[in-house]
Amino acid sequence: MEVTRIPILQIENYLVASIQMALHDEAATQFRDDLLERIYATKAKGLILDLTAVDVVDSFLARLTGDIAEMAGLMGTAVVITGLQPEVAITLVELGVELKGVITALNLEKGIAALRRMVGKESANGITG
Amino acid sequence: MASPAEERCIPVKTDLDIVSARVEGRNLARELGFGTIDQARIATAISELTRNVVLYAPEGKVTVRAVVSDDARRGIEVVCEDNGPGIVDVELVMQDGYSTSSGLGMGLPGTKRLMDEFEIVTKVGAGTKITVRKWLK
Repeated sequence: MEVTRIPILQIENYLVASIQMALHDEAATQFRDDLLERIYATKAKGLILDLTAVDVVDSFLARLTGDIAEMAGLMGTAVVITGLQPEVAITLVELGVELKGVITALNLEKGIAALRRMVGKESANGITG
Repeated sequence: MASPAEERCIPVKTDLDIVSARVEGRNLARELGFGTIDQARIATAISELTRNVVLYAPEGKVTVRAVVSDDARRGIEVVCEDNGPGIVDVELVMQDGYSTSSGLGMGLPGTKRLMDEFEIVTKVGAGTKITVRKWLK
């Protein structure tokens, strides 16, 4: 079956991907692979994963989100998750899911600001090229 | 107020069915008058329960229905049944952090926290039936 791809946009040195549909597991895994390939191809310094339109984050999607942040981190790319809805934050905590090491921001604008701070700090420290 | 469709049954075999099941559950929850936070709790619980079916059982089904309690409260009931291997040690899988595969191992205790009532009937070699309910406040 053809998997619907989630558009991944580039703004300056950053990639922005917004999940706008209910993802089944295969599509979610495909999305992770697409993101990592795009990071490699574009040499993006940062990635925003926007979940504003996502109304359910179960343990599978939560783990995948954490995996994306960790994998992108291994490639030297900062990741910020934006737009978690109140009900998603509540269910994640009640479910017992911890998004360890994942940096979040309220919305896209604050997410970009957070990325700029992270990337700027790293550049100042000479961590990134 | 028009009463919502009383019962919906969704077969569960692949990860596509997980999405269908939680959409049905959320729709019924909304029709019953649950707020957005409870809708998310119910949809997430259905997602966790049906994922276990997809991971561990050949197939199963989930039934969502409107229910009324003994003290006349209205609510939603989700019954998730499968013909899988059953659970050997229920106490163990109800512990936070327990995992038998690539899952997070927090499916069942987490699901229990999201809902008001949680019942599990399981028989090794025959299958598992989990019933959860949430009541309107």
